[in-house]
Amino acid sequence: MSRMPSPVKNPELSRADQDRLAQVGIDLAMKNRCGSYLQMNQDVVQAECSEQGIEVLSFTKAMEKYDGLREYLWKAVSPEKDEITRYVAAQKDPQGYVIIAQKGSNNIFPIQTCLYLGREQIQHVHNIIIAEEGAELHIISGCASGAHVGKGGAHYGISEFFVKKDAKISFTMIHNWSENIEVYPRSASIVEDNGVFLSNYVCMQPVKKIQMYPTATLKGVNTVARFSSVVISTPGSYMDIGSRAILEGKGASAELITRAITKGGTIISRGHINGKTAGTRGHLECKGLILNDGIIYAIPEIEGSVVGTELSHEAAVGKLAKDEIEYLMSRGLDEDEATATIIRGFLDVKIAGLPEALQKQIDASIDEAEKAGF
Amino acid sequence: MLHIEDLHVKVGDKEVLHDINLHIEEGETHVLLGPNGSGKTTLLMTIMGFTSYSITDGKIIFRGEDVTTLKSHERAQRGIGMLFQRPPTISGLKLGKMLTAISRNKDKDISELAKSVHMDKFLERDINKGFSGGEIKRSEVLQLMIQNPDFVMLDEPESGVDLENISLIGNAIGSLLEKEKHLINRKKSGLVITHTGFILDYIDADKGHVMCDGEIKCHGNPREILKEIKQRGYKECLECRHQ
Repeated sequence: MSRMPSPVKNPELSRADQDRLAQVGIDLAMKNRCGSYLQMNQDVVQAECSEQGIEVLSFTKAMEKYDGLREYLWKAVSPEKDEITRYVAAQKDPQGYVIIAQKGSNNIFPIQTCLYLGREQIQHVHNIIIAEEGAELHIISGCASGAHVGKGGAHYGISEFFVKKDAKISFTMIHNWSENIEVYPRSASIVEDNGVFLSNYVCMQPVKKIQMYPTATLKGVNTVARFSSVVISTPGSYMDIGSRAILEGKGASAELITRAITKGGTIISRGHINGKTAGTRGHLECKGLILNDGIIYAIPEIEGSVVGTELSHEAAVGKLAKDEIEYLMSRGLDEDEATATIIRGFLDVKIAGLPEALQKQIDASIDEAEKAGF
Repeated sequence: MLHIEDLHVKVGDKEVLHDINLHIEEGETHVLLGPNGSGKTTLLMTIMGFTSYSITDGKIIFRGEDVTTLKSHERAQRGIGMLFQRPPTISGLKLGKMLTAISRNKDKDISELAKSVHMDKFLERDINKGFSGGEIKRSEVLQLMIQNPDFVMLDEPESGVDLENISLIGNAIGSLLEKEKHLINRKKSGLVITHTGFILDYIDADKGHVMCDGEIKCHGNPREILKEIKQRGYKECLECRHQ
């Protein structure tokens, strides 16, 4: 029997910042959440989970508790990858979270992980997420900063995911940074036989710069990876986002979907599927809308090296179609309502295999942006 | 209800409708006939207020109000509605979401209405994406059922519809036009483009007009005009008028 998780007692956050966290799916009252990790700057405020068989620990505690964890450290992401990984690897006092779902465990309500940056500093985290054989693990990660972080700050985040045989991880990340924050996630996952890895990313709010290229290596047979990204870039935001799937196991398949809107900012939308084995499939799709002059630069790459891998991509960048707007106007919606309705539809990506609660959370954070007039 | 006076319409630089006059009273349904490319759809799109169709002269009066310069949504809000022959596909926008948006939270049971035109399984589909001809028409009729306009324009409601669906769509359109009500109590009016005339079995059409080269050239009993056209073709039909 699982007990109810406790609400976060003293988050020391202003009402406004609590609202910012709510927008990224962080529920401080812990309704519909089975566990929580909250890190403010470099301080761990909360790490707990009420679901049997699933542990949420701070990085430090996890390393003390499990010797074997060192085997996972820097296994999916190389510490020598770039200056970000080197910076995090060099930390004497690493922080972040470790989530371990034991064999056969399953969480109906997601675990929330929240990384909050409220000071002028570099926040660094190293996260390790493991779903053991047959486990099903759902995580929502809300990353946010205070509305005004003085001269700005940065977030360096290493996340290593391990999806064991017959296991499944869904990781839904919603960002709500501000104009002077730079964000550099470095994520990779290793998926074993019949494993499923779902990664969803939503960023509807301004950020100075974000640069990430999470990679899923589908090692096992019949493995699945699905990446979805829904982003809006406002003036002054520079978003270089991508996702990559390496298809190694026979029967591995990947789907990478992006919806990008620029209102004046820059979006580089990268994608790469590498089919290395026969019997693998992959599809990459990027659709972009330019609402105000800005940049959407889609770079879809598909790479196949054996007979029997099937890969495809489609990319399109355009504007709102006048005939679609007028069609809705002829049904009584004014131009702004018609435009918002079409954009909302454009951003509506349904992710197969995602629990309803998480899909609702994604929908809610897009709805929030719609209310503000996109 | 709708009065069109001396209407001239340009698309791009070219005048495509010349001096159109049309008067449709409350409770009346008129039929617009004419060869392909004669300007029938253009007239409907102009009445609906689509911006590619610019009115260079003349007026459109709806219920005593000059709506010539009103935007499309303002005309819709005043009670003008249209069934499109080839509506656009809107990627990502679900039919159900669109219906909710156009219902404006009025107390309408969208799923019940959808069931009545066999569209309940399409509410989670992108609007018009991969819809067959009949499905497009059923979706259009469903949207109009929710919009509930007083003046209904129908652009070839039977085109692309199989025989099985024609009565479903015909009856639904009939009820949009209050055909079940006695003539005296009928408040809804309509303007219908048809080539086949199948739809006339489901609506009481009061008058027919034949359009050619952007002009209305002939008026009369819709069934008689249609019979004439079927027997002799448009060419002879129009020649008859010019004699």
